[in-house]
Amino acid sequence: MAVVTQPMLTVEEMRAAALESRREILKMIFDAGSGHTGGSLSEIDILISLYFGVLRYDPGAPDWPERDRFVLSKGHASPGFYVTLARAGYFPASELSSYRKTDGLLQGHAHPITPGVEMNSGSLGMGLSFALGHALAARLDGRNYRVFALLGDGECQEGEVWEAAMSAAHHGADNLTAIIDRNRIQNDRFTDEVMTLEPLADRWRDFGWNVISCDGHEHADVLHALSEATDGGPTVIIADTVKGKGVSFMENNPGFHGRAPTADEYEAALKELA
Amino acid sequence: MTTNRQSAATRETYGRTLLTMAEEHPDIVVLGGDLNVSTFVHLWRDQYPDRFFDFGPAEQNIVGVAAGLAAAGKIPFVSTFSVFGTGRPYDQLRVLVSQPSLNVKLICTHAGILTGEDGMSAHSIEDLSLMCALPSFSVVTPADAPETEQVIRSAATMQGPLYVRLPRAATPVVHTDGYRFRMGEGEVMREGSDVSIIACGSLVAPALDAAESLSGQGIQARVINLHTLAPADEPAIIAAAHETGAIVTAEEHYVHGGLGSIVAGVVARNQPVPVEMVALHGYTGSGPANELMAKNGLTAHGVEQAALRAIKRKR
Repeated sequence: MAVVTQPMLTVEEMRAAALESRREILKMIFDAGSGHTGGSLSEIDILISLYFGVLRYDPGAPDWPERDRFVLSKGHASPGFYVTLARAGYFPASELSSYRKTDGLLQGHAHPITPGVEMNSGSLGMGLSFALGHALAARLDGRNYRVFALLGDGECQEGEVWEAAMSAAHHGADNLTAIIDRNRIQNDRFTDEVMTLEPLADRWRDFGWNVISCDGHEHADVLHALSEATDGGPTVIIADTVKGKGVSFMENNPGFHGRAPTADEYEAALKELA
Repeated sequence: MTTNRQSAATRETYGRTLLTMAEEHPDIVVLGGDLNVSTFVHLWRDQYPDRFFDFGPAEQNIVGVAAGLAAAGKIPFVSTFSVFGTGRPYDQLRVLVSQPSLNVKLICTHAGILTGEDGMSAHSIEDLSLMCALPSFSVVTPADAPETEQVIRSAATMQGPLYVRLPRAATPVVHTDGYRFRMGEGEVMREGSDVSIIACGSLVAPALDAAESLSGQGIQARVINLHTLAPADEPAIIAAAHETGAIVTAEEHYVHGGLGSIVAGVVARNQPVPVEMVALHGYTGSGPANELMAKNGLTAHGVEQAALRAIKRKR
């Protein structure tokens, strides 16, 4: 029988872990010379809250059948995911340097060859369907694990998201929680300029979901939302976040969706994250 | 000449065979998209409602959910029409099923042009090309009902992604009860040394009829039922090229990317000989299935003429 061995952090410890994670994210992307900076910095507080406050898992047994499932649907934001998995003990932190390298363990977009990664990713809109599959399997097998899927807000422009939303409510997937990293910026520019998403909460509610909003950078607020999400589902948490959070010149800057910092930018960012 | 054979709808064989596997394989779950009566999985839906999920015509989601179920250890059978099950969720099949090689079984009906009157949007003539282009998928085109039954039984025990192509119409039975299907192993149905006819699906019966007619002209044609297109039986194809010196391929599919392309690739790489292809050369409109087959040369006569051309091209 596998044992749940992950450390449970206090909110204060989460804040420190998130700060260190932001430095690790930037180092990974700077070293690789490419990668998705903005969305990794916007999602990291959500991931820290999940992995060190909510999820049941055993990093020594990634396939433990009773584990809670976490699905990163916005798979381009893999750096934030990888530093969290390393911190959780799925692989040594030294492995972070293999990000985007030939024969490396850490692919450009999250792929299940990496311990702790459930789903192949890189094409938007797929994670909620995949998570629903796990959620239905739990019911079939009489297991009580929960399933979480993290989506980008721009990703909600994909039709499959709404196919999945409709069917999760129809099939009564009460063990399924979607979290939306609502950072208001997508690949090209601000989401409002590309395609209107509001009223986002109403849209999910109309598809039969419980809707909870939270500040996606306040760990206590995220934890509270995640605890509320256990009461009948499916539930979506719309987490308000800031793209590029933590680095002044990256915050709310669409230019940092998908590029690595230059040497000067990297140095300046580390000073802000000291 | 045409041999009199019994006909049977392979999609019905699929639905009935699946039903008999439920107890032996408790991990099988079935996913449908509002075409469950047509694909015959309504039989399963009505008997095992807890192991059946309908998603409506939302194929991207169906494949995504199937991938999640497979990752959790289930054996999901996904069934809809071929045009909807392959092209529409192609990205999900690629990213969520093929790349991580998950154990999803995509069993599609109404493939090819035997949907006849429904017209070109309903004619699935690109599906073999699409599915053979996904590296980890096995792709099977059963010729008749007995073969379909064996393919479906194999599907539950083989690991990895599988696409099975079935037509709407009843098709001639060319196998006897003792037939044993082996995934990836072409079936030599008739021996011959002058030319090889390599066929799949609905063209297997016309291929046998063509061989019989050729025999009357003193030409001995080998007939191979290449039911599995991926992985293709390269040794059988190379042996046919080596031993008969000319090849005809016959399929109810577009000429690019299907059986003909696969066989030609193997032949060109290993043992170059003339290859004639009986296949569709573009879209075809509405009409009774047999008329569409005749109009496009997908007949015993069409195969026979191709065989004579191939033989003439021998050096």
